[in-house]
Amino acid sequence: MHGLINRSIQAFVQDTYGQTVWAEIANAAELGFADFEAMLTYEDRLTDALLAAASARLSRPREFVLEDLGTYFVSHPRCGPLRRLLRFGGETFMDFLHSLDDLQGRGRLAVPDLDLPRLELFDHTSHRFSLNCQSPHRGAGFVMAGILRAMADDYGALVMLEHQGTRGDSDRFFIEILDQSHGEAREFALAGRDN
Amino acid sequence: MDGGSHNPFFALGEVEAGLLMPMHLCISATGHIRSIGPTLGKIIGQQPLIGRRFLEVFGLRRPRDVHSTNDVMRIAGQPLGLFLRDPPKTGFKGIAVPLNGQGLLLNLSFGIHAAEAVREYSLTQADFAPTELVIEMLFLTEAKTAVMDELRRLNTRLHDQKLLAEEQALTDAVTGLRNRRALERALDRLIEMGMPFGLLSMDLDHFKQVNDTLGHAAGDHVLETVAKILIEETRGSDVAARLGGDEFVILLPGLVDMAHFSLVAHRILARIEQPILFEGKRCLVSASIGTLLSPAGGMIAAEQLLAEADAALYTSKQQGRGRVTAFDPPVMHLPKD
Repeated sequence: MHGLINRSIQAFVQDTYGQTVWAEIANAAELGFADFEAMLTYEDRLTDALLAAASARLSRPREFVLEDLGTYFVSHPRCGPLRRLLRFGGETFMDFLHSLDDLQGRGRLAVPDLDLPRLELFDHTSHRFSLNCQSPHRGAGFVMAGILRAMADDYGALVMLEHQGTRGDSDRFFIEILDQSHGEAREFALAGRDN
Repeated sequence: MDGGSHNPFFALGEVEAGLLMPMHLCISATGHIRSIGPTLGKIIGQQPLIGRRFLEVFGLRRPRDVHSTNDVMRIAGQPLGLFLRDPPKTGFKGIAVPLNGQGLLLNLSFGIHAAEAVREYSLTQADFAPTELVIEMLFLTEAKTAVMDELRRLNTRLHDQKLLAEEQALTDAVTGLRNRRALERALDRLIEMGMPFGLLSMDLDHFKQVNDTLGHAAGDHVLETVAKILIEETRGSDVAARLGGDEFVILLPGLVDMAHFSLVAHRILARIEQPILFEGKRCLVSASIGTLLSPAGGMIAAEQLLAEADAALYTSKQQGRGRVTAFDPPVMHLPKD
């Protein structure tokens, strides 16, 4: 698994639960080192061990931990750059949903060896959708679910999201936009003032 | 470009033209602006623009020789470089085609200046045709910046670790003084530069008794205290090193005055002979010291100089310890029986 993903899981644990909890989890996962490097690649079994250790230490099912991770990506100040990259997906939450088909390609554009899930959006009506999330990494769909919920908040949209099941290496979600402009959207300027 | 062949399949309304080309302008045969796309309107303002002379509003960098309405009509079909005459003098790329023989249709893009323009005019995705790659370019710029930042952090961490490792490789872990490797490196450099220096070799007396009677913790405390004395009695440019056990060496670059050197050595000795307290107990040690000044002229091996300083130290020990001896070639060069 790419170091960016592992490093993000580490940052999520550190920022949410503190350094001590991270040290305990890293130790329980028998990583053999204290910190992941974002620009190196690690064996998948390390990520699996890390998630298992986190789930045990935090007494939260693996899926919940992954969904929290997705929320963290969008809502934590430390992940500001990532949230901005996601907002390039479109002007409204609906545009954003439609941009998800490109997510894997956008990821590769930024980091060629970054293996993001393959997403496919199907629209049933103008505000009801199904999202198919395919990835060899079990549970990637739950990270996506966390990201989607947090992005809906970011756009100020009221959204219902439901996990419909897992088939093979794919998770399927049902999404309904109840109100596109339910709350205040967080500010986003295409060319950020600070870069 | 002749503009003669009329396309029978489409004619565009203003709204449709705006959707396809949000940054287009129609220029009349008289060189006046007749209509503009919505994004251009947002940038420059719709009203003031229409009816003005094109060349009053825009300047051309490519081609440069465009000064009159007649010149303008000849720019069709070639790559154009334009800029707004008013601040912030935004730059554009463009291409123009003749419009049914009367006037021009000119389409613009920000080219490489897209990020500045988007920031300057607070543009959004809706201001660009979906086929434009501006958004992808901005995305890519930001994504790569984030990746670069991550790499820079990695580099900084690695660099800090490297400095730390180098520092550790040259430091004696017990006292924090330099170690043998650091001393030899400094000595070699001075010899190479031909710079004069003083060399002091020192061995603690009665250190073994302290270790044996009061324990290793007391011994370590004595070593730390001696290290502190050596640091305090030498200059920042001097190199105080522990070679192991109770052996110390000080290298004093630029020192040429034996009388002064002797003073420094005796001051160190006097301080070391003060009782050192450890957990209420008095540790009494002394030191045997040998000193030498680097010989004038000629290269000499670091190894030999260290051996000569040791020979002087050995004389101090033989003569009853707790003293300073300067290396004296005629007396000390020959090995003693």
